[in-house]
Amino acid sequence: MRLGYLVRRILFLIAVVWVAATIVFFIPRLSARNPIRERFAEIARSTGFAPKDLEQIIAAYEVKFGLNKPLLQQYVEYMGGVLRGDLGPSLTRFPKTVLELIFSALPWTIVLLMLTTLISFALGNLLGALAAWPRSPGFVKGLMAPLMMLQAVPAYLLGLLLIFFIAFRLKLLPMGGAYSQGITPSLTLEFILDAARHQILPAISLILASLGFWALGMRGMGITIQGEDYVNFAEHKGLHPRTIFTQYYVRNALLPQVTGLALAFGSVIVSGVLVEQLYGLPGLGGLLGDAILKNDYFVIYGITLFVILSIAILMFLVDLIYPLLDPRIRYESR
Amino acid sequence: MTQIAAVGPKPDAREARYEQPSRLTLIWRYLRRNKSLVLGLAIVLALTLFTVIGSLTIDTEKRAYPLAVKPKQPPSAEYPLGTDFFGRDLLAVMVRGIWQTAVIGLIAGAIGTGVGVILGFLSAYYGGAVDTLIRAITEVLLPIPAFLILVIIAGSIDRKSVTIYTMAIIVSLLAWMGPTRVMRAQVLSLKERLFVNVARLSGMSNLEIVFKEILPNMLPFILASFVSGVFAGIFASFGLSVLGLGPLREPLIGNTIWFAQQQAAFFNGWWWWPLWPSLALVLIFVSLTLINVGLDELANPRVRRTE
Repeated sequence: MRLGYLVRRILFLIAVVWVAATIVFFIPRLSARNPIRERFAEIARSTGFAPKDLEQIIAAYEVKFGLNKPLLQQYVEYMGGVLRGDLGPSLTRFPKTVLELIFSALPWTIVLLMLTTLISFALGNLLGALAAWPRSPGFVKGLMAPLMMLQAVPAYLLGLLLIFFIAFRLKLLPMGGAYSQGITPSLTLEFILDAARHQILPAISLILASLGFWALGMRGMGITIQGEDYVNFAEHKGLHPRTIFTQYYVRNALLPQVTGLALAFGSVIVSGVLVEQLYGLPGLGGLLGDAILKNDYFVIYGITLFVILSIAILMFLVDLIYPLLDPRIRYESR
Repeated sequence: MTQIAAVGPKPDAREARYEQPSRLTLIWRYLRRNKSLVLGLAIVLALTLFTVIGSLTIDTEKRAYPLAVKPKQPPSAEYPLGTDFFGRDLLAVMVRGIWQTAVIGLIAGAIGTGVGVILGFLSAYYGGAVDTLIRAITEVLLPIPAFLILVIIAGSIDRKSVTIYTMAIIVSLLAWMGPTRVMRAQVLSLKERLFVNVARLSGMSNLEIVFKEILPNMLPFILASFVSGVFAGIFASFGLSVLGLGPLREPLIGNTIWFAQQQAAFFNGWWWWPLWPSLALVLIFVSLTLINVGLDELANPRVRRTE
């Protein structure tokens, strides 16, 4: 009944995305704020441009974006657009569409989050496995307590302290921004190296904050596997400790951690949003923060939907991959 | 009879040596083993003393708000933690900010855990349609990153009307699903235990069983869930604050960091401004984690010997 399981799983994820999209659609509309009026007020403040027929202009824009229709009709039309892959225009950066904005911000976010998640997953699990392994040196076990403390601290705060000590005091790395001023983004070696230098501190803060999660989980798993018959059997067979460690011990302990990877993605994105904001990186986080301050509905909807959809797809992929990693699990019995 | 008495232990001086230690001694012995609980509680106590003594000795009503003191002063004898760009005494800001942050965390933890306990009990104890409904709602809501929704809610509210209490309520809106799931699982396992069956056979009503038999056994879990809730509440409100969505007039810790970032405190060399709130938050988060680890050890003695 593998097909039945898959169908149920897909329906569940569609429900998750739909509920999230609906909540997200209605909340900003309950507020009395008008993003178009606010945008014009901002223009008036900065340039002194204040047309007499402001009310008509605002009304015209509302008609253009379909904001004058009944809310329910807007909801149906927006959802229809989403299904066709159309996330609507940006209200405050008008000629640009939401999809354009997301795709120009996405590479920064993907590089930062993918890289840090993978490094943290690999390093954390290795440390956790070593901490539970009786033959490993004592200092690895001593690392667990500091890792647990680090895990308690939000990546944003770690980032702030890193800026203070490493960028501000020691002046080793830049304090923020995605690349140095005066360099134009291009695919040259110079630009890539410069951008990489700017990514080091954000990456370290994200890695340090999530390392403990993997290490502690892995250590817990490792301890339970320690007493299993097959590990004892492998030892009595006289296998090399390294073989036991990699083939018998880590392989089995790692399985639940892979499931954790999909769940962790949600929190990674959240800390990613905050860290991007802290370092002033042009990723999704910066875009979302800006859109919320200006109440740009369509950008808010677009990014949230995008994030929730990617989480749902990742959860689904992990479900698919899991039986390949663990032959004991087949979605048959239920 | 006399023969048996002769074989048994003599009731003499040995009895006195095995005297049951007093309750205090037992607690003391336990605390010596459970170091993380002690350390966590000690940090919380220290922070509490800081705020209590601070608010008794400093005029936080005035000095924690703009234009009260000379701006941009580094730490000195007059201003131990320095002052910020807006003319706030950072010592007063910290005293008030730690207190307000704690209030938000406590409210959010209490609401999240309270709703979780009630829904978890309803779901597990009555089962059937109620259970299906509650489970479906929590299962669908859990994978949605709550923080994103919170950001949108906080962003839609008129910025001027946000207080620390609205902040606490916003944060607790999506904080009940995790506790509900944990409580449901606990009640499910507890209600099949022998002592609950005995209580039912002896004619106790459902309500009596819930309050007299099941609830007392769940206290460690409820307490742990509450501490996690406080942690999550402070975490979420901090995230909202540093996006500029907090109650901007209040010297909340997250707001202080946000203002420092807005004024580019590091670039301008006012390093003390963001540093103190960051350290305070690190202390709060670390102490709560330590307490939770300690409570976990208290609730699941099996974890004890895994070190």
